[in-house]
Amino acid sequence: MSAAAGEALGVAVLLGFLAQTLRISVPYALGAMGCAYSERGGVINIAIEGIFLNSALAYTLAAHFSGNAWLGVVAAVAAGVATAALHALVTVTFRADQITSGLGINILAVGLTRFVLKAVFHSSSNSSRVEGLPDWNLPGLSALPGLGPVLSTPLVLITIALVAAAWWVMFRTPFGLRLRSVGEHPEAAATLGLSVTRLRYAGVLVSGALAGLGGAWLASDQHSFTDQMSAGRGYIALAAMIVGKWNPLGGALACLLFGAAETLQIRLQGSAVPNEFLQMLPYLVTMLVLAGAVGRARPPAADGVPYDPEEQ
Amino acid sequence: MNPRAWVRPLVPPLLAVAVALLMGAAFIVAVGQDPRLVYGTMLAGVFGSAYGWGQVLFKATPLVFTGLAVAVGFRAGLFNIGAEGQAYISAFVMGWAGAALAPHVPGPLLLVLLLAVGMAAGAAYAAVPGLLKARFGAHEVINTIMLNFVATALVNYWGHSAFVRETVRTPGLPAAAMLPRLDALWPALRGSPVNASLLLAVLAGVAVGLLLWRTSFGYELRAAGLNPAAAEYGGVRVPGVWVRAMAISGALAGLVGANFVLGYKGYFESGFTAGVGFLGIAVALLGRTHPVGVAVAALFFGALSQGGLVINQLVPKELVEILQGIVILVAIVAHELVERWLRRRA
Repeated sequence: MSAAAGEALGVAVLLGFLAQTLRISVPYALGAMGCAYSERGGVINIAIEGIFLNSALAYTLAAHFSGNAWLGVVAAVAAGVATAALHALVTVTFRADQITSGLGINILAVGLTRFVLKAVFHSSSNSSRVEGLPDWNLPGLSALPGLGPVLSTPLVLITIALVAAAWWVMFRTPFGLRLRSVGEHPEAAATLGLSVTRLRYAGVLVSGALAGLGGAWLASDQHSFTDQMSAGRGYIALAAMIVGKWNPLGGALACLLFGAAETLQIRLQGSAVPNEFLQMLPYLVTMLVLAGAVGRARPPAADGVPYDPEEQ
Repeated sequence: MNPRAWVRPLVPPLLAVAVALLMGAAFIVAVGQDPRLVYGTMLAGVFGSAYGWGQVLFKATPLVFTGLAVAVGFRAGLFNIGAEGQAYISAFVMGWAGAALAPHVPGPLLLVLLLAVGMAAGAAYAAVPGLLKARFGAHEVINTIMLNFVATALVNYWGHSAFVRETVRTPGLPAAAMLPRLDALWPALRGSPVNASLLLAVLAGVAVGLLLWRTSFGYELRAAGLNPAAAEYGGVRVPGVWVRAMAISGALAGLVGANFVLGYKGYFESGFTAGVGFLGIAVALLGRTHPVGVAVAALFFGALSQGGLVINQLVPKELVEILQGIVILVAIVAHELVERWLRRRA
């Protein structure tokens, strides 16, 4: 093989790796951004896992009965927002424990999706095949060598745009400032006339919409719903948000790191590096970051603390 | 009688069960079945025979262990979401060590040894997030979630050398190293694998009760949980309490393997925990982190999961998971509402 041909092969392998990493990172990034919005407002949201499941099923049902993949996306976002609204009702309105609420929602989502899967598709494992989202052929992007196909995938492009938007809204708009203020010091925010309840609802509902898109991606990418298809991705998203220090942009970068580890895991199947260690990587990195080994990760001060106006 | 004494422990769980059954009825109607028939079948199938009772006790046993594990954490002000991973990895270590030691150690001694090994493995694995919290202030909720996944990966990795070829389980233990089944004493239970680990669960509940309310460490543990700053001021070394409380919590979760590995199958099998750690959180909450409450809540969830199998001909058995989720959500909301009501009366 000539040197030039070898180099071209190297570039092709690298681009293939990048493309796969981007695809794998999509649901993680959407979940991590969602998590960040909820927690910056002061509500811990470990229900991302359950939101992924509910919205993936909603996508599948809508796409199955309407034949329209975009209606599936709308249904998935709606299901995500509805599931998040349940979390907000339990934790913001009733001020119940946020972690337990998230766990309860996750258990409920596993049961609910299995129940519906059996009732509608008469299967305990998977739905029938549904439409995925048709590609967008954007001039310039789609023709890029290696990365063209992944950059023609609507939800990949939407996710990249959303990462930028989520960062901008959180750190450059009055809404973002207000949301962060109720997560840091709700009493002070309330004194300034802000509605802690309304802002926290907003943060949680945004997280539901974003994670709902993540669920839509899972089902549309696979063209079906399968039992427990979220497979712990909601918790990886939570981990990425922590590694990204409660910042949508940082979270997205952490997702790329985790996505790259997973791509390696798929590509190094059966090689010298035990797969299980790559599988553990996101969790170990998160623990290291939490322990302060890679710079301090500090949650919002009032994260997880219910706000009771009568107590003030 | 002071309403606090009975409203607090009784109203939230009973309300939760009632609301869950009502909402469950809507799901039953949605698939074209009669809720009275489904619930009636469930009750008769679960409680209508000694076998059904045996199944309930068998399914409640691991939930007592994880429920107690989570309860001890709660009492110390810690949220141990990692009982799942602690139970999983210790059951694996039990199966692995059991297979390795079986040729060298006589049965009954091996049994005792494996119980100790399981508890030690769980304690060590749970002490990690305790230490990380004590040393670096790292939140135990996140770390225990992460360690659940690490446990799965570790077992997958060690499984390459520990599992029987072409399977995902460890080699079987000799019968002499197993806990006896209760149907040996009471033949009507035949068919149900309920075993002597049920007695271990009862003992564990008593031990937790004694530890929390009859020892000075239990006092320190509860003080750290109620108000860490005040406890520290009173001379309690709170970070040290966290580490020890997590270790005790993990040791309890480590006993889950007693039911499955030592009492039922005789080997560890990949994926066997299937949510007992997470349900343990519900059990601890519904049981108000008290051993007696934990036992009652474990029986309830055990009956529910057996009930799913009984009604599977009529409606998808996943109805039971829906009921579990609703029970958890309604119980925590009802708890808040009851507390507010009591505060307003005071």
